[in-house]
Amino acid sequence: MSIWLNEKTPVIVQGYTGRIGTFHAQEMIEYGTNLVGGVTPGKGGSQHLDLPVYNTVKEAVTDSGAEASVVFVPPPFAADAIMEAADAGIKFCVCVTDGIPAQDMMRVKRYMRRYKKEERMCLTGPNCAGTISPGRAMMGIMPGHIYMQGNVGLIGRSGTLGYEAASQMKAREIGISTSVGIGGDPINGSSFRDHLEKFEEDPDTDLVVMIGEIGGPQEAAAAEFARDHMKKPVLAYIAGLTAPKGRTMGHAGAIVTTAGESAAEKVEILKEAGVGIITRPSEFGVAAEEALGKL
Amino acid sequence: MDIHEYQAKTLLAEFGMPIARGGIAYSPEQAAYRAMELGGENWVVKAQIHSGARGKAGGIKFCSSDEEVRAAADELLGKRLVTNQTGPQGKLVGRLYIETSTDIDREIYLAFVLDRTTERIMCVASASGGMDIEEIAKTEPDSIIRVPIEPAVGLREFQAREVAFALGLEAGQINEAVTVLKACYRAFRDLDATMVEINPLVVTKDGRLIALDAKMGFDDNALFRRQQISELRDKSQEDPREMNAADRGLSYVGLDGNIGCIINGAGLAMATMDMIKHVDGEPANFLDIGGGASPERVIKAFNLVLSDDSVEAILVNIFAGINRCDWVAEGVIQAMEKLDVNVPVIIRLSGTNEEKGRQILENSSIDLITAETLAEAAEKAVAAARSKRA
Repeated sequence: MSIWLNEKTPVIVQGYTGRIGTFHAQEMIEYGTNLVGGVTPGKGGSQHLDLPVYNTVKEAVTDSGAEASVVFVPPPFAADAIMEAADAGIKFCVCVTDGIPAQDMMRVKRYMRRYKKEERMCLTGPNCAGTISPGRAMMGIMPGHIYMQGNVGLIGRSGTLGYEAASQMKAREIGISTSVGIGGDPINGSSFRDHLEKFEEDPDTDLVVMIGEIGGPQEAAAAEFARDHMKKPVLAYIAGLTAPKGRTMGHAGAIVTTAGESAAEKVEILKEAGVGIITRPSEFGVAAEEALGKL
Repeated sequence: MDIHEYQAKTLLAEFGMPIARGGIAYSPEQAAYRAMELGGENWVVKAQIHSGARGKAGGIKFCSSDEEVRAAADELLGKRLVTNQTGPQGKLVGRLYIETSTDIDREIYLAFVLDRTTERIMCVASASGGMDIEEIAKTEPDSIIRVPIEPAVGLREFQAREVAFALGLEAGQINEAVTVLKACYRAFRDLDATMVEINPLVVTKDGRLIALDAKMGFDDNALFRRQQISELRDKSQEDPREMNAADRGLSYVGLDGNIGCIINGAGLAMATMDMIKHVDGEPANFLDIGGGASPERVIKAFNLVLSDDSVEAILVNIFAGINRCDWVAEGVIQAMEKLDVNVPVIIRLSGTNEEKGRQILENSSIDLITAETLAEAAEKAVAAARSKRA
């Protein structure tokens, strides 16, 4: 098992016929993802990569049965594309687009609340590498071969740091059930907490590793959830020990503005909640190995 | 993106914010002329820099003659003003705002921010404004008023009234306070701001409300649709290296250490800097060259890092996904052949075609140090910087 995505999940790409959409759609197909088509307004009815192109997400859902969508739409139009997916009944959406205005995301989040929780789409990103269930399917831009299939759930804000963690684990023959990228923006679709909940329910996940960073309240919320609602062990690494306060460190969301947002404070909060701390970014592999050994 | 006080005031006034009369000056003569133009007997000469705490740093001068205005302007213009927010290098005063002086009865703190917990615009206010707001936030956090705003309907008048009453304003001032709050909110929403701060909002001796200071920050991701805001950018207030990087699609933040960093991805960059710290080194910078790591970008990154004289070693850490390690390795070699790199360079490549990438680096005639793991790379970089110093 895995969360959100497996080899059967019917996936579409929004921004399908563009250069970036095309490139990554091909990669996803080669990896084994069940891609069933794509959406580019105005190009509906044509074929691209031997799959149908639709004008609207609704059309794609009705015709192809799509349940998940990857958004490669440029920043000015990406918020609209996400809302279109939510409205068309897509269940899981990965938004790779980097550079969406924060207030657009605020409206997206407000818009998604009009659906009952059970029917609400889960959005990951924006500004994320995507989600992969190794050996089954991937939605996003990650290099699939660095992940091994297994029983560790991975949740992270950063793309390349997530790759680093996955490859350290693979080097020790530790595999991953699903790796979810939640993105580096100040307002993102879903949080650590949302995915911890899913991993807790997933029978094939035995350990969860979360990779957080400075800025925002999400790691603290995750700590509380892990303490109160999880039986499975959780490990966490928080990047940004050396980051000065008030400076944005690359990710729009990586900025310490209020108390509790620095790396040291987040580590303290997680530790108190019983989450295992990975002190050094060179120890993802060894820490996962030790934690699995104790099960 | 940040703007100056006078620019923020001009923008907010368009939304109905009451402000004192004032004018901008680029020379002492112009400052004296502005004072004459404004009339009255008392003026405030305010240094326009992108920083708060200007008063404590001597950037705000109270004057009661045109001679004093001229002298204050003469002293401030061209000076680098150091506040507790600018760093030791300070910020250059290139323009002044000359304002009529206001008789203050009390000072209030008012701000609108993008709150990440509620994922909404939030109004934050305190009955005690002025320079000590950060202290109050620490010692009496409950005295701070916080009102999240529902995006679908915006700031409602009842909410604005609630804030006004909670601030202890008098019945006759409530309508004016509602105007002030709505001006801030609408400017925030309509201009894609990330922050509007009025500190202080003052009640004058004759009972009026005036924004005595104003600060606004804007969402860089939304500038594509805010031409009017982009035009307010003052490059003299930005760190030249960071600006240079940003204009080339790189993300750079200068720090105090001696190990230059070139990394792809913000999270991996932060983690690599942490790793350097763990092995007792100090990173000289944060630099995210983005996912691609093309040779052109690598060259730009080397130029940027080398422009910092305190750099004694450079650590390159690239996780190559879709772009393969062999391709990145060739890019690094091309970059180093073109540039005069006079400090040790430590390179760690991982990901797709890792082995092939490492072979290319080892077979090249360029003098560099390779590392296989993150820990090894950081240790080698710290050791190389030390031996260079010795």
